[in-house]
Formats: sequence, structure tokens, C-alpha cells
Amino acid sequence: MSAELYLEALETPRARGGRAPDVFSPTGWVPMREYPLDEPVDFAIVGTGAGGGTLAAKLAEAGFSVVAFDAGAWWRPLSEFASDEEHQQKLFWTDERVCSGDNPLVLGTNNSGKAVGGSTVHYAMVSLRFRPEWFRSRSLLGYGVDWPIDWQDMWHYYREVEQVLGISGPVRYPWGPKRPRYPYRQHELNASALALARACEAQGIDWTSTPLATLSAPRDQAPPCVYRGFCVTGCSTNAKQSVLNTWLPRALKGGAEVRDLAMVGRIETGPDGLASGVHYHRDGSWHFQRARHVVVAGYAIETPRLLLNSACPRYPDGLANSSGLVGKNLMVHSNQAAWGLVDDEIRWYKGPPSLAISEHWNYCDDNKDFFGGYAFMSQGPLPAAWAETQVGNRGLWGQALVDEMEKYNHQVGLKIVGETLPQERNRVSLADERDAYGLPIARVSYSFCDNDLRLINHAMRFLRGGLEGIDAREIWSETEGTAHLMGTARMGDDPRTSVVNADCRSWDIRNLWICDGSVFPTSGGVNPSLTIQAIACRTADRIGDMARRGEL
Amino acid sequence: MSRRYPEYDVQSKRGGPSWNDVTRQIVDARLAIPREPRFLDATQWTILCALCACVVPQPQNRPEVPLAALIDARLLADHGDGYRDARLPPFRQAWRIGLAALDAEALDRHAEGFAGLSRTQQDELLADAQAGDLVHPAWQGMPSRLFFSLRLAHDIAAAYYRHPVAWNEVGFGGPAAPRGYVRLGANHRDAWEPAEARPGAESRARELNRHVR
Ligand SMILES: Cc1cc2nc3c(=O)[nH]c(=O)nc-3n(C[C@H](O)[C@H](O)[C@H](O)COP(=O)(O)OP(=O)(O)OC[C@H]3O[C@@H](n4cnc5c(N)ncnc54)[C@H](O)[C@@H]3O)c2cc1C
Ligand code: SF4
Repeated sequence: MSAELYLEALETPRARGGRAPDVFSPTGWVPMREYPLDEPVDFAIVGTGAGGGTLAAKLAEAGFSVVAFDAGAWWRPLSEFASDEEHQQKLFWTDERVCSGDNPLVLGTNNSGKAVGGSTVHYAMVSLRFRPEWFRSRSLLGYGVDWPIDWQDMWHYYREVEQVLGISGPVRYPWGPKRPRYPYRQHELNASALALARACEAQGIDWTSTPLATLSAPRDQAPPCVYRGFCVTGCSTNAKQSVLNTWLPRALKGGAEVRDLAMVGRIETGPDGLASGVHYHRDGSWHFQRARHVVVAGYAIETPRLLLNSACPRYPDGLANSSGLVGKNLMVHSNQAAWGLVDDEIRWYKGPPSLAISEHWNYCDDNKDFFGGYAFMSQGPLPAAWAETQVGNRGLWGQALVDEMEKYNHQVGLKIVGETLPQERNRVSLADERDAYGLPIARVSYSFCDNDLRLINHAMRFLRGGLEGIDAREIWSETEGTAHLMGTARMGDDPRTSVVNADCRSWDIRNLWICDGSVFPTSGGVNPSLTIQAIACRTADRIGDMARRGEL
Repeated sequence: MSRRYPEYDVQSKRGGPSWNDVTRQIVDARLAIPREPRFLDATQWTILCALCACVVPQPQNRPEVPLAALIDARLLADHGDGYRDARLPPFRQAWRIGLAALDAEALDRHAEGFAGLSRTQQDELLADAQAGDLVHPAWQGMPSRLFFSLRLAHDIAAAYYRHPVAWNEVGFGGPAAPRGYVRLGANHRDAWEPAEARPGAESRARELNRHVR
């Protein structure tokens, strides 16, 4: 095993001594401001992914002093990212978690990152907006709960994020209200995406090229995508626009400090009941950073885990938990697929995995026997991931597995990102087992509800029909599978039924904020990162407004 | 040699623009792992070797991918998945229990350890494990069905398809940075991709594959 090679970033922190790794160079550095531990900074941010990294940049640029912490390493993609499924597991959160429920989740490489830049370092870059009605799904569509944010407000921030990430997208997006042009042209479609296009045409619905956070033309120090197809194991060219190479360089320029390999174990609260800073483990020992405000942005498992692990006599059930909802209403996206075989050589390992999409069933509510919606996208799994699907979902092994795998280059597939409903029984709680820091690990319980299963059935019928329409053979359904994490600290209008308000500020502790995938009240049928970043941009603007008005 | 992609060897690209330094070094390290067990004892090792042959049977006409050694290396490093089904014990423990339980089942059924069974007997036992029908006390309450699908078959298959020899077999382009690809459409092939032996065109594919760099 290649245990020691190219893992230095995991061994000792890099961001120190006034400098941080330059992600645009193989070995270089950029200057970084540093803050003392004993003077409170304006904001201590836990996590530097879609939520935390974005917020760090915006708050630093607004003039606040910011220190952001990430348990993961600070990688330099150009020199440290291999084209290899196994080696790149170094990007993922692989500290133990225990999964239960009717549908125990598959986490690890499937679901969450641990690196400066968070899960966006290995995300598939699909960058979608919510359907406007979803922000009021209870009032307008009859399910879930309403968000406390207005869709037009969100559309303003979506635009901001799309510009920052240089999204490549189609000239005309077929669904929803008119949206501005994407900043970069759409990517060429690979054969896998064209199969989706033909399947949609056979079914008489719209499709389009997927809005993606990878460049279709050079931009500043980043080159265009070379279609190498290893996106979900990290992009070694910097074409991918992740938090690591967009928001975080801005954060550093704005004067933020980012501490890598810094695991926050506990948020401290003072005699006044307010958060006073964070205890974090770095370089072999625990330290305490004082802060005027603490933001938790660890994604929907680590965020509730940290809040629960920070319980103290004043807050015996964990921080921000007077509603009892911290850790509850965990949502995922159903991630089922229909797969088939065609005569053409598809070679789906070329290009970003999901170059084409249909959001038809997100926007069309005709004859649905379920609430919610789903998008579906073309696919391009790498060999080991594809083998795991054959073993895990299809039960193949032995010669049957080897024979099936040989068909790799003729395979096509359509996979959903399906909305699931919030349920209180789906939750993150603390297990008895402890991790290497001595902290209780997360127990994650998840079960689909009947509505989720009806949505999946609808999707499977429809997608199989699509594959039949293009004369694919040996069609089969992958009926398990989930992706993304949302909802364990939901936002709302009422302190009794939500954890934070529309500004991501906790109801219970006014200087404690939560800004990541946890705040989603409903999941929508689209990948979440664009929405998380839009919420972070909005939160930063709101914090700026409140500070100006003296309401912080 | 690969049946579909004759003479394709992904490693012929090793020195070219599809492989960056980090990829070269980590793949070299994988190819160089010790072939002897470092974590498992001799009995566990023979059982594991037999299991690997069942889960991914390999052709005789090429050097074998050392699957058992790859699993042993993972056990040595204690590289779990980063989560586990609550019904399974942690990574190493699951493997230890599973190996011992399959051996105990074999002894019960055939008065012979798992490694000493015929391939047919081994396959039958594994099919029963997959179906969840094995309940010997040696399982210590671990459901055989979950051990089979989430550890045994899962880990062995993943180890195999992370090895360059398997990439040749499935016609995977392999490492691709910084060069990437240009021709994305159906039936379009870049000169540095494997050529498939369509019936009647085997020698052409062979020729093209010899020139992959
Ligand atoms: C393989 C894969 C593909 C994906 N593809 C897409 C896609 O195409 N489109 C899309 O929109 N979404 C995609 N996602 C999902 C998307 O990446 C996440 O939803 C998003 O990044 C979550 O943002 P976040 O800020 O909530 O958390 P993350 O981005 O996960 O960031 C959380 C960070 O917090 C750190 N952290 C957690 N706890 C602590 C602690 N106690 N102390 C210090 N640091 C801590 C973690 O190390 C991590 O770096 C994908 C995810 C995966 C795994
Ligand atoms: S396909 Fe594009 S975005 Fe994906 S890893 Fe390659 S260069 Fe990066």
C-alpha cells in the first residue's frame, strides 16, 4: 500500500509562520495573516467547505477578523492529486461513523470530505438552483416545511456564486424562471451525456447540458477542463472550481487565517451563556481560540456532532438545541440509477461524470403519486466504483462479476438526485465509541419513508423507459444508493421548530451560527453545493448589515 | 492478457503525459507490495487466498494480481471505509470473525477447512453466506449476508479494480493527468486509449494497442 507517499499534508499543518500553500503552484506559498489565541477574533469558523469557506471569504472581505479551522489537510492539487481511486481517499472523511436504520447510509468516499475546501474538493461540480416553489413547499406544494428565505433573494445569491465559480452552462436553461447567462460556455457532451439526450427525446421531455463548476475556457490561473474524468477523486489541473481554489484564496487575500489539520472538539460557552471560542486539536495538543462569534460549518453529520459534544451544565442537551431538533431531520438525496448496455463504445470515463441533465420531474407535477421531485444525470463511474455497484447492488461476484465488468465501455446510465422528506426519526446522535481525539463518534440513522420510495419507483420506471427508448439491453435498476447530507440544524421562522433563523443565527445563542448543508429545511431534487454557497453569501451580507446597524 | 483489448497495457503510458509524478509513484508502490501476509496469520491467509480466487477468478496466462496481499495491507493499515453498518463490527474485527466463521462452516459441513474445499463447495458456501443462511456461532452475531456484501466481496472486488491489470481487462484509459482526452463522442477513441477487438478486427486492435503511449 502507498501509505507514506504524498501524504505529508496529513502529517503536519502547513498553514503557519505567516504563509499557506499556494494551490496554483506545485510547491509554492502565499502569505497568510495570523491571529493570536488569547485575543478574540470576530469569527471562528469550523469547517472550510461550501458553507464555511465561502463565509470566510465574504466576512474577511467585509473587514471582519476571521480564523477558519479544518480537520483536513491543505493539498496542492497540481503536485499531490493522483489519477487514482484508491490513493485519493485521502480527501474523504474516513474517521469511523456508525450507520443504522432501514437504509444505513454509505458515507466515506460516497458522501463527505475532510480537507481544506471541504467536500467541494471531490464534488462532481453539478451546480443547480432550487426550483423557486421549493422555498415554500408546504404552502405551495403541500409537503415538507417552508424556508424562511424568499426565492428571489436566493436567486440573487445564486447568480453571485455562479459568477464566482465561472459556471459553464447552456445558453437557455429549459426549466424555471428566466435566468441570466452562465459565465462560461457549456462543455462538449460526451457519449454518456448524448445517451441521456436521446433517452429524454425518446420520452418526449427536455434535457440540457449540466451547469458545471469546471472551466470551459482559461480563467486567471486556472486552465480549462481536460476531460480526464477523475473529478470525484479531486481535480489535479485546477479546472474544477472548488472552494479550495476560489473562495479560500480570496479569504486569505482578505486577511483570514485558515488552520489546517485543526479538529474542533468543543465550543466553549461563558457565564453569560454566549459562545466564547473553540477548543481545537492541532499538532498533538489542544488549544483554545477566543472568538466573539462562532460559526459551525462541518456538514450535516459533524455539525450536529460538535453541537451535541459541546453540551455543558447550562446546555445539557447540546448547544442551540432548545427545540430538540439538533441532529434530527437528516435528509439525503435518493441516488438510484437505471443502467443498460449499448453497442456503441461509450467510454464514460472521459469528461466530468454528469455532463447532461434533465430536471423535468423537478418542475412538472403531472400525475405524480408522490411529493417532491428529482433530477437525473448521465454517469461515468470509474472502475472500482463501478465494481462496487455490481457487488453491492447487483450481488455479482466470481466469473459473473468479471464478465460484467468487461462491458464497462458499453455501459450507459441515468442516475437521480431525488428529494427525500424530512423525518425526525432520521438523525445524527452520539455513539458510545470514541475517536482518536477521545470524542464520541456520530451514529447516523436513516430510513426512507413511503413517499421517498414512491418517488424512487416513479423514477426507476421512467428511467428504464428512457433506456428502452434508446434500445439499451440488459437494463437493470440500482435501487439502493443515497448522496448528500442536509437538514440536521434546520432554519425556520419559529424557535420551537427550527435551530437557526433565516440568517443562520442560532435561536438560543446569539453569537453562534450554523452555515452549511445542515440548515436546509427541505432537500429539493438538486445537488446542494450551489445552494449552500448562496446561503453563505446571503449570511455574510446579513452579518455585514447587522454589524452596521449595531445588531450583532 | 485482456480478451477484449488485446495487447493493451495501461502502463505503456506510464512515461507519457497521461501520468503525473504522483500517479507514477503511488501505482509503483501498489505494484511493489510484499506478497506475504503482514497482518493475518498463516491460517487466515490461506482462507483469504481461497476467497479471493472465488470472488475474482483470474486467468492463468498472466501474473496474478496479489489480491490477498492487497487486503492484508489494508488490514495492516486498518483502513476501514470511514463508516460502518451498525450490524457489523469494526473493519479488522469483521474480517477476523468472517474468516474464522467461513472456516468453521466448512469444517461443519465437509470436515475440511475452507481452503481445502473444492471450488464448487467453496462457491456454494459463499452463495449461502450471500443469502444470509450461515449462522454458525463463530459468526458471533455478525450477519453473514452483510459480511459478504459489505466486506468480503466488496473489499476484494475494489482491490482488484484498483489494479492496472484490471484496467487493461475492462478497457479503462487509466490515469489521465495532465493530458486528459479530446474525442468524447461515441465510438471515438484517442490514440492513447485502448482499442476494442470487434469481431473480425482483432489484429487491428492489437496493432493500435501496441502503439498506446
Ligand atoms: C463524491 C461527491 C460528489 C459530489 N458532487 C456534488 C455535485 O456535483 N454538486 C453538488 O452540489 N454537490 C455535490 N456533492 C455534495 C457537496 O460537496 C456537499 O454537499 C457540500 O460540499 C457540503 O458543504 P458543507 O459546507 O456543508 O460541508 P463540506 O463541504 O463537507 O465541508 C465541511 C468541512 O468541515 C470540516 N469539519 C467538519 N467537522 C469539523 C471539526 N469538528 N473541526 C474542524 N473541521 C471540521 C471537514 O473536514 C470539511 O472539510 C458531492 C459530494 C461528494 C462526496
Ligand atoms: S474532467 Fe475536468 S474537472 Fe474533472 S478532474 Fe478532469 S480537468 Fe478536472
